[in-house]
This record gives sequence, C-alpha cells and structure tokens, in this order.
Amino acid sequence: MMYTCNASGFRNIVRGSEELRPEMQLSVNKSANKSSAKNLTELKPGEAGVLEKLDLPEDDAQRLMEMGFVPGHSVTRGLSAPGGDPRVFRVDGSEVALRRETASRLILR
Amino acid sequence: MGDCHGCAANSIATLPPPSLNGAPPRRHVVAIVGPPNSGKSTLFNRLTGLRQKVANFPGVTVEHRMGRVKLEQGRDVFVVDLPGVYSLTPRTEDERVTHDVLSGQMKGIPRPDAVLLILDSTNLSRHLVLAAPVLSLGLPTLVILNMADDLKSRGGELNVPELAMQLGSPVALVSAAKGIGLEKIFQFLSGATLGAAPQAPLIQLPVIQDIPKCRAWATHIGNKTGYHAPAPPLWTRRLDAFFLHPVAGPLVFLLVVVAVFQTIFNGARPLMDGVQAAIETSGRWIGHLLPNEALRSLVVDGIWKGVGSVVIFLPQILLLFLFIGILEDSGYLARAALIADRTMAKFGLQGKSFIPLLSAYACAVPAIMATRTIENKRDRIATILIAPFMTCSARLPVYILIIAAFIPNKNLLGGFLGMQAAVMLGLYILGFVAAILTARLLKSTVLKSARSSFMLEMPPYRWPTVRSLALRLVDRSKVFLYRAGTVILGVAIVIWVLSSLPLNHGKPPAIEHSIIAAVGHFVEPVIKPLGFNWKIGIGLITSLAAREVIVGTLGTIYGIQDTGSQQGLQQALHQDLTMGGAVALLVFFAFAMQCMSTIAVVRRETGGWFWPAVQFAYMTGLAYICAFLANRIVSIWW
Repeated sequence: MMYTCNASGFRNIVRGSEELRPEMQLSVNKSANKSSAKNLTELKPGEAGVLEKLDLPEDDAQRLMEMGFVPGHSVTRGLSAPGGDPRVFRVDGSEVALRRETASRLILR
Repeated sequence: MGDCHGCAANSIATLPPPSLNGAPPRRHVVAIVGPPNSGKSTLFNRLTGLRQKVANFPGVTVEHRMGRVKLEQGRDVFVVDLPGVYSLTPRTEDERVTHDVLSGQMKGIPRPDAVLLILDSTNLSRHLVLAAPVLSLGLPTLVILNMADDLKSRGGELNVPELAMQLGSPVALVSAAKGIGLEKIFQFLSGATLGAAPQAPLIQLPVIQDIPKCRAWATHIGNKTGYHAPAPPLWTRRLDAFFLHPVAGPLVFLLVVVAVFQTIFNGARPLMDGVQAAIETSGRWIGHLLPNEALRSLVVDGIWKGVGSVVIFLPQILLLFLFIGILEDSGYLARAALIADRTMAKFGLQGKSFIPLLSAYACAVPAIMATRTIENKRDRIATILIAPFMTCSARLPVYILIIAAFIPNKNLLGGFLGMQAAVMLGLYILGFVAAILTARLLKSTVLKSARSSFMLEMPPYRWPTVRSLALRLVDRSKVFLYRAGTVILGVAIVIWVLSSLPLNHGKPPAIEHSIIAAVGHFVEPVIKPLGFNWKIGIGLITSLAAREVIVGTLGTIYGIQDTGSQQGLQQALHQDLTMGGAVALLVFFAFAMQCMSTIAVVRRETGGWFWPAVQFAYMTGLAYICAFLANRIVSIWW
C-alpha cells in the first residue's frame, strides 16, 4: 500500500547504534531485545517512515490515531522547537507536534 | 461577495414567524459539528450574524452557543456552535460539551434535529473519519466542505455530487470565511425545519471505534469521488523554517514583544492625550451648564474625573488586543505553544497550557474557560490557578498610570527601549515568573501527576483579515466602555456620596472629615507597612470588583479634593505615594487576584468554592508579602 520506506531509512537502522543520545539510553535499554524496531525519534529532518504500531496507553493511542497516526500511514519528520523537542511530524495531510517521549513510542516498520 | 450579502439579508431580523393554529411552533435545532479549527464558529457567525470568537488555532470554542438563523417566509431555525472534536468519544471538557449536546443530555438544548458536519476540504481524507460516527447518528446531515478557496488555490479536486451519493447525504463546498456557497446551507436548513428523513448511505459505515477501519473507509470514499489532496501549504513551511529557527525564531519574537510595549507606551501617547483633552474640555463645558454646585461637583468631579481617568486608557488596551488578535488569527499561537513546551515541562505543565496562559494576557476569564482543552484534570486545575497571574488588560491602566507618574523616561538600549516600557515589560515578566513558579509548587505537591503527553495540531498560517481584527477591537471597546459606564460609574457615585457626607452646616466636609476618609483610616493600619495611605486603601477596596476601578476611584477622590485646580492624576499621586509605595503598589497589582469575574469563573469551572478560595488567599497573601518587601527595599534607595 505504502512505499515510502526509503533507502536512507534502512541505512539509519544500521547506523542507529552510533547515534544514540544520552536521553535515549533508557528507552533503548528497555527494548534491547528488539533493537531493530525504529521509532519516530530516529527519523532525520525530512525523512519519512511507515508507522507500524502505537506502543501507548489506549487513550493516547486513540487520540493520536484520530489525529492521523494510523498504522500503515507514512510519517515525515518536520521542524522542531528550538532545542529539538517537541517535534513536528507531517502525517496524513496535517502537522502534529509531539514530545520526544511520545514520539519514541510510535514504532516504524 | 453576492452570497455574503444574501446571508446578511437572511440574518436581519424580520417579523416574527406566523404561528399555525395559534400554537407556538416547535424550535428546530441544528448542531454544527466538526474537527478542531475547521471553521465551525466562522460558519456560525456567517449564518447567524453573531460574533462568536474565531481564531486560527485548534480549541478556540470551548462552549456551546446557540444562535437564530432567519429563513424565508418568516421561518427560523436555531444553530448551535460546538467545540471541535476528532471523534464522538469525549476526552476533554470541551469535547464533552459536543457529546452532551449531540446526545440530547445538555440542559436547555433539545436534541438536535439535524447536523451540519463541517470538514476541512484541504484535508478531506482524514477529516472524513469523523463522518462515520456523525452519519451513524441517523440525523439529517449536510456535509460541508469548508475552505474551498484554499482547496482550489492549492490545486485540489473533488467530485461533489459523487461524494453526496456515496455518503447518502447532501454535500456543500463552501468557504465560510469568504461567504461563498452558503445558499446550499440555507436550503438544507429550510428542509431540516420541514423534517426531511435521512437517506441511508450508499456504502456501509464502518464500526466507529475502529479508527484504522474508519480511515481506510475514508480513503476508499476519497478514491471513489476523485479527491485529489491539494499541494502542501508551502508558505506555512517557509514561515515555520523562520519562526521555528533556533536563533532567529526566539529573537524575532522578542523584538516584536519589545516593539509592542514601546508602542503601547509611547505610540499611544498622542491618542491618549487626545482622549484626555476631550474629556477635560467636555467636563468643563458640562460644568458651565449645570447651575447647582452639588450637582456640578457630582457630575464633573465625581463621575467625569472618575470614569474619564479610566476611559483614557482605551487606546492602549485596543493596541494590546490588536497584537493578540494578530497572534491568534495568523496561527503563530500554536507555534508559541510548541516553543514554550520545553520550558513548561520543566515546571510540570505542557505546551497546551501555554495557549490559555497567552490568552490570559487579554483577560483571565476566557483563559480559564480555554483550559477545557487540557486532557489531564490536574494539569487543568494547575493552569486555572496560575492564569490570573498573567498580566491581564485590566492591569494595564494601573501600570501605565503609576509608571508614568513615578518612573523617569530614560532611554535604554540606545533608544530602542524606554525605561518606562522596560519597567512594564518587567511587570509582565514578573507575573509570568510567579505563574510558572506556582505551577511548579502545585505540580510537585497537591496536583502531582504523571507527565502528560503533548499533542497539538499546527494550523497553516493565514493572513489575519482586517474585518476580523476590526471586529475584535469594536467588541473590546464595547466591553471596556460598558464596564466604565456601569461598575466604574457606580463606584464613582458611591465614592462621591461618601466623600460629601456628613454635611457640615449644609455644606460637604473637607475630604479628611468625610465618611470615605473614616473608612479609609479604618483599613490604613493594614496597608501602611506597604507604603499606602487611606486613599490608596479605598482604591484597593474598590478594585476588588475589577482592577482598573482603582484608577477611577483615585480620579474621583482627587477630583473632589482639588476642585478647581487642574492638577492631573499623575501629579496628585506624588502627594500620597513615595517611590517605595509606588513600586509596592505595582507589585501588589501584579500578584493580587482582584477580580470578581475571575473568582466566579474559577468556581464554575472547578465545580466548587475550594479552589477559588485557595487561589484568592494565596494570591492576596503573596501580593501583600511581596509588596511589603518591595516597599522596604526600594525605600532604602529612594
């Protein structure tokens, strides 16, 4: 259905470990066993990925899906607030700002 | 624009509808439903001729509002403007309003007979997700695709008759802002009052709770009806690249704020002087017309000087509202919330709290209502409790009066910023700092909660229209002048009467021997440590009604005291306040919660007297302690 997952996306998965930032250590440790899963925070500016699932409480997941974060849809990283957090993501025709902790729970394919 | 005239003609009051058989005709109610920032209130204003607040960010409307639409043959129908929703499952207080009205649970509003479902045509596939639950309500529904002008200019396409077939409901492509395509809505409303039954949709509606399925259904419909999404809003991306730039963004914002303060202080001066001269001249003119001395004293010294001393601040207040209007209508406000989120997070709040806080710069009452969009209940209460610390427009007359009287007008930053404007900017910052420190205190103690998530849709930038900005200013002037003509006028009369009694050999006493002085001297011991005398004390008591009333009260008191002399309020204040007392008064007004309307709205929104009582005690206590310290510290130097 969606073919937006591009070559640079795969490169990032390979290089992912070099780019860990200190504040991301925690979430990576938690999901160390599935290190291949990439989340929204790992997208570079302008890069797109296809959403796989929302690893969030029911209420938040529902609200995010209503705002366009539906599994199978393409998400593009847009600009961010000065300091890098929160970030704007382009999804399904609109732009939505999310904090890093929320974005890190949105898993890409 | 022809459509626009048509709509205006329809909303102009005509004769009451002829009632059949003498029985009162049933009220027909049509609800306006749609996602946030899709233009519901803009459409509501077009249909009813009312002036519901509109702006370019999600969550402007947090209450339902009913308005009458006039149709042909003297018939009419009521439309209800509702807060925006992404689905019919309510998660916030404003979404609950929409849910309750649609399900007929809202007091005072009958269950709607029909629905106007308004969707953003530039983002139809996603907004159609809301169509599924709304259509399955089984009410006659007109699907309105708004922002048709944007869709066209950005190269989008859609087959309207085909979409109507697929959905089983009529579809209208309109631009509510420009008033294009509204005839179809009036036709539908006429039909709705006749009770047309809804048709069954051509295709099966998906299960409502399953959003991925709803979304797939929306894509399917979009494909079938030849929907081509328009090109992304390029200008919005370009502007964002600038406004969200790590260096340029905050710098530009700072420059704009400094420029606004400078304009409020110096640019508005000629206007203010003009209004003041007009008031003084008219006062003297009226004085000559009145034969009776007591009457002349009441009208000229009591009312004219009291009310007039507040009215002269109208130009500054309008300037502030113009600035806030541009921020809100352009779409920058959502970006400000985004930029502020990181700072807000440090103090336990989130960026969404920043939107109500920014609107509190106009007035705390709508700001407290706007907290309804915050999902987390504890975050919402914390935001309500800190909102009155933000410098509302009612503080502006007090600040300007005291600053102009006591602060020397030196140039700072090479003439770019005056000392007086800098002090006022400092007071705005002081209020903001008090707000976020209080938030920190609340969030780390009584209102502790898990870090809440921040999700905010960024609206595209739009040009603020002259019409919309002008309407805001007209409405604001009305509110301001209404208050001057009611509360401040009333207080001025009471102060005049109390300062003219008891009569001494049939003549009013010297003000020092009047009832008002007795009352003032009674409270004086409490406020003396702050550097205030009894006249300021009377001002503080009357400012409990609303902050700017103190200016009117002082205007009346000095007006009576200095009958004959043309001494201005600013010079008169120097008799009664030292520099220490003046700074203490500014600090007191920055922190104290002197506003009946705010107390009332906090009680309503928190559902009891507990929070407003805590808030009032905390803010007044803080104001007292800080004013005391300010007086002591400043008195050492001056």
